[in-house]
Order: sequence, then structure tokens, then C-alpha cells
Amino acid sequence: MNRRNLWLFFLPSLAFLVLLFVYPFLNGLYLGLTDAEGNFTLGNFTAFFGDPWERRTIWVTLKIALPATLINVLLAIPFAYYMRRGLRGEKVITFFLILPITLGTVLVSEGMLTYMGPKGWLNQFLMATGIVKGPVQFTHNYLGVLLSLVIQGFPFAFLMLLGYISGIDPNLERAAQMLGATKWQIFHRIIFPLVAPGIAIAFCLNFVMAFSVFPSAVLLGQPSGPTRVISIAAYQWAFEKFDFNMGSAIAMTMALIELLVIMLVMIWRQRIYKGASIVGKG
Amino acid sequence: MKDFKEISLRNLNKSFGTTQVLHDFNLTLKKGEFVTLLGPSGCGKSTVLNCIAGLTPITSGKIYIDEECIDDGIHTVPAEKRGFGMVFQNYALFPHLNVFNNIAFGLQLKKLPRPVIAEKVANALRMVHLEGYENKFPSQMSGGEQQRVAIARCIVMEPRLLMLDEPLSNLDAKLRIDMRYELKSLHEKLQITSIYVTHDQQEALALSDRIVVMKNGRIQQVGTPEEVYFRPANLFVADFMGFRNIWPGVIEEILPGGEVIVEVKGLKLKAAGSLVGRERREAPHGAMGVGAPVFTAIRPEDVQLGEGPANRLACRIEVVEYLGQLNQAAALMENGVRLDLRTDERIKAGERCGAWIPPERILLFPGRRDEAHEPA
Repeated sequence: MNRRNLWLFFLPSLAFLVLLFVYPFLNGLYLGLTDAEGNFTLGNFTAFFGDPWERRTIWVTLKIALPATLINVLLAIPFAYYMRRGLRGEKVITFFLILPITLGTVLVSEGMLTYMGPKGWLNQFLMATGIVKGPVQFTHNYLGVLLSLVIQGFPFAFLMLLGYISGIDPNLERAAQMLGATKWQIFHRIIFPLVAPGIAIAFCLNFVMAFSVFPSAVLLGQPSGPTRVISIAAYQWAFEKFDFNMGSAIAMTMALIELLVIMLVMIWRQRIYKGASIVGKG
Repeated sequence: MKDFKEISLRNLNKSFGTTQVLHDFNLTLKKGEFVTLLGPSGCGKSTVLNCIAGLTPITSGKIYIDEECIDDGIHTVPAEKRGFGMVFQNYALFPHLNVFNNIAFGLQLKKLPRPVIAEKVANALRMVHLEGYENKFPSQMSGGEQQRVAIARCIVMEPRLLMLDEPLSNLDAKLRIDMRYELKSLHEKLQITSIYVTHDQQEALALSDRIVVMKNGRIQQVGTPEEVYFRPANLFVADFMGFRNIWPGVIEEILPGGEVIVEVKGLKLKAAGSLVGRERREAPHGAMGVGAPVFTAIRPEDVQLGEGPANRLACRIEVVEYLGQLNQAAALMENGVRLDLRTDERIKAGERCGAWIPPERILLFPGRRDEAHEPA
């Protein structure tokens, strides 16, 4: 095989990309920008943004996705930092953290419904110990969706950041300490800027997952109102009202908002970390 | 940071789990001194450094700065408050900071005024010959340049004690010698008390005021480079310092003049060197009498080719390595024992030749054949 034909190796991945990403995306864009007859129009978008009930879903989703992502990432940083040099029982901890990811959203949501329900173990425990008087409502509301996003998203953020933090040369911390840095200064001035790229990526992936939340918003939330997230709106238009153009327009709006947040995060990352992209050379 | 006269380590012990890596380690560093911890990997030399630095908790023992105890295993002055500096083998520069901010790091923590920091950093950069590198990032520099920055980052803090943990071993051979020279001249200039860790005897000899030779967490010898080089305290030190001809033998006769006749596999050698190093020099045989098992220790460069007045032997050259000014050769003597020698004469593998060893160049150490010494 000569060099000229080497591009052939590129074909499978290109085909994969075109069939599964580029074509659906462009098709979605096309559908979103046309009406049922195929005429170009911005009507879908004006309809979506003009209707307070629909427009509201953006705010509802952000209100769930942003806190969930922040909790996941901010919680994952100290945990990962603490476990960066390994820990006894690390494998067991990691196993239990990965479990919710492997089980899938629906199973976890079902489990939470019973476990955290008004008659569930959690409420029984809380009442028996006298921490609360009556059952706390953990499910079928905003809190339920938020909790499920944390259970699903935290392990993900934690494992990503653990990889980043444990990859930092331990001598950097010791060098900083020898130069007079306290534990907090080491974290703040050395570890944090070096992990910032990892934090940014973990935040973006977590946010995208949380922003497109669907199953747990339906199962654990109140899909008719307080947790009617944007993906539910898109679903209802596409598969209940069979208006694919409107559904696509909403999906495109979702993508745009996600891109906007990712851009903001990347700008933040750039401000924190101006150095070379190699972490802890040598 | 307060000045001091000496730092002393008293009966330092350190264990990691059940393995003890330091045994009753005692050492006193005087102000301005350059002391090297020398030993093979795993001998505990880096552990000593980390204990002094406060980066590794000690198991027992005490560390004093003059009369002030800074560590007794319970009450410990933390590393960031000791005012010591450390240069790491892998440089450990902060990859997200440029050269200026790397060097200024410690000064910024001290909240010094900006112009003062700028001036100190400029001075430090001049000291290590890296003027104009302020805005470079570590990843844009060579290993040698990075190590210079690491040194500058350390000396800019004017540490009471400078610790260097194998700072040259990641550099290539030529750079290593250049940097060694610079470290030496830097020490001459600044007179910072320094403690240096290495496994390279050349580095230790070239740099140090005193050398501490270590093995398995114990001190084998403390002495000036000359003492360690010419009068190793034991067989281990001799082996480590390049006495490559270490042969088991038996004392056959002790001559009235203090010379000793040793038999090595049928070869009789006259030895006038010390029996167990310097202490026994005055009474060369100590408790060792005729029939006692000994090891000879002879440097390859002390073996002479040709005819000589004593210790004549015949050998056949097996391998020759060309080292420029010298040839290093391994030869086989008639008794089957291997002889390492160095010579500026041209020799070839397979050649038969005569050689001799000056008696005063043969050191003897007590020891049995079955007490196989561990090579360094």
C-alpha cells in the first residue's frame, strides 16, 4: 500500500461520523429551519421562544442541570484530591461509584423511587431516628431529579478528576512545600491550575448529560410542570404532536445552549491555565 | 530565617512499614559545608534528605539546628517553615508557570514587594546564566536549562540549607560535567550549606567537602574525598570507590617491616597498604594474624604493565576498552583470577603480558571467602 492510498484507512471512521453524527445533525438543522412542506422558515424558533410555557423549559432545565453539575464537580475535586495517592479499599470505593453508571438511569431511578419514597427505607430511617417528623418528599419533584443527576454524574466527574490529579508529579507539591507553601496554597496555586483543564472537561460533559436529562425527569420529577425539561418539550412535539420540525428546532436550541455553556467554561479554563498543556513533565 | 552553626542528625531511624531504611543515623553538617550522601540506589540516602527536609516523618531520633530541636518524631517543624531548599532529580518545575513565576513562587508567598521580587529573580537568573528566559515555560526548555531554573528557584529563597537530590542524573554526560562545575562554583560563591545525594562517586569526589558513604541505611564511612578515595573504611566502600580487584586470600606471613604476604589462589602478593583502612595504618595488622582470611583491594590504575620490583604476575588480556587517554582491560592471571587494569600502553585482546602491583597500593580488609561481599 503506497502513501497515496493511506487515506482509505480513514474511511470507516469517516463513514461512521457522517452516518451517525453529521447527517442526523444536518437533517435536524434542516427540519428545524423548515415547515411541514419543506419551506425555509424561522417559525419553529419564533414559536418556541414566543410561547412562555415552552420558553420556560430552558430555565427549568438550567435550574436543574447547573446546580447538579456544580455539585458533582465541586464535590469530586476534594474527593479526588484526597485519594490522589491511592487509598486502602480504593477498588471497593471505585466499584460502588461505577455501579450507578453501569446500571443505567432507568434502573437507578426505579430504585430511588422505592428507596426514597414516602414509605421507603430512607424516610423510615429518618423518622425512626427522629431527624424528621413526617416523611420527606424526595421523589416526584425537583429534588428527586437533582439527586438522580448527582448519583449518576458524581462518579463520572470523580473518576475523571482522579485520573487528572493523580497524574500530577508528586514532586511539584513537595517543591512548593519546600518553597514555603501551606497545604491550601499548594492546592490553590499548583494543583488547581493544573487540574483546571480536567475540571473544565468534567464540567462540560457533566453539564451536557444533565442538560439533556430525560428519564429521571419523567420518573422522579413532575414532568407536567416543575421538571418539564427541554428534552421533554422536544419529545412531546416530535412524538406526541408529531411535529418533527418543531421537535428538531427545540433540539437545536438545546445544542446551542450547551455549546454556549461549553464556550464559557473554556474561556474560564483559558484564564486559569495559560501554560503548556503538558502536565508534570519528567 | 535565623542563621546557624550546625545541623545535627542524632540517632535517626526510619521505617516504612516493617522495613527499616535508616539505622541510627548520626551526622553533623557545619555551616557552609558541602556534604554528599553517596551510595547505591536503595541505600536510604534520599530518605535522609527527605527527613531533614521534613517531607518524610522520622520514626525516631532527633534533628537539631544548633540547640533547637526541629524534629523528634512527635514535635515537628513543618517543611515549609524550615527555611531549607530542595532541588529535585526531575526538576519539579511548575508546568503552568513561566520561568519568572517559577522562581518568584516562594517570594510571592512571602508577600515581598513586586520590585524586590523582580530584582531577586533577575539576580538568580544571572547566577545560573539564564538571563532573558523569564517568559519561557518549562516545556520549552532543555533538561539542563530546566535544572538551572530549579536551582535558581531554590537559591532565590536564600535557604539556610540547600538539598540536592541527584540533580544531575537526568542530564546527558557532557551537560552533567558542565552543571557539576557550575554547582561547585555556585557553592564557592554563595557558601550555602549544602547536602547532595548521588550514586555517582565522580560527582561526590568532585563536589564535596565531606562524603558520607551509605549502604542499607547505615553509614559506612564519613570523610573528605581524599580519605574516602585513598583510605576506604571497609570493603564495601573500597568496591564502591573503584577498587575493582577484590580477591579473597589468606595471610601467609607478616614481615618485620609491617608488610604482609597474602596468598590468593596460589599467587603470593606482598601488601604494604593498610589492613582495614586508616585506623590500622599505624599497627597494620591489628588482631589479624597469620592464617586469617582477607580481601585484597587494588585499583585498576595501580596495576603496572612490564617488569617491576615486586608482585610480578603473568596474565593474558581478555577484553580491552578504549577510554581515550587510557585503555581499560580485563585480563586473566595464571591462577584463573580476573585482573582489571588500566594503562596508556597499547594492548590487544589475546596478548600475554607481565604486570606488577606496588605493595603499598594493595589494601587488605578482613573477611572470609564465604562472606561474599555485595557488589556496589
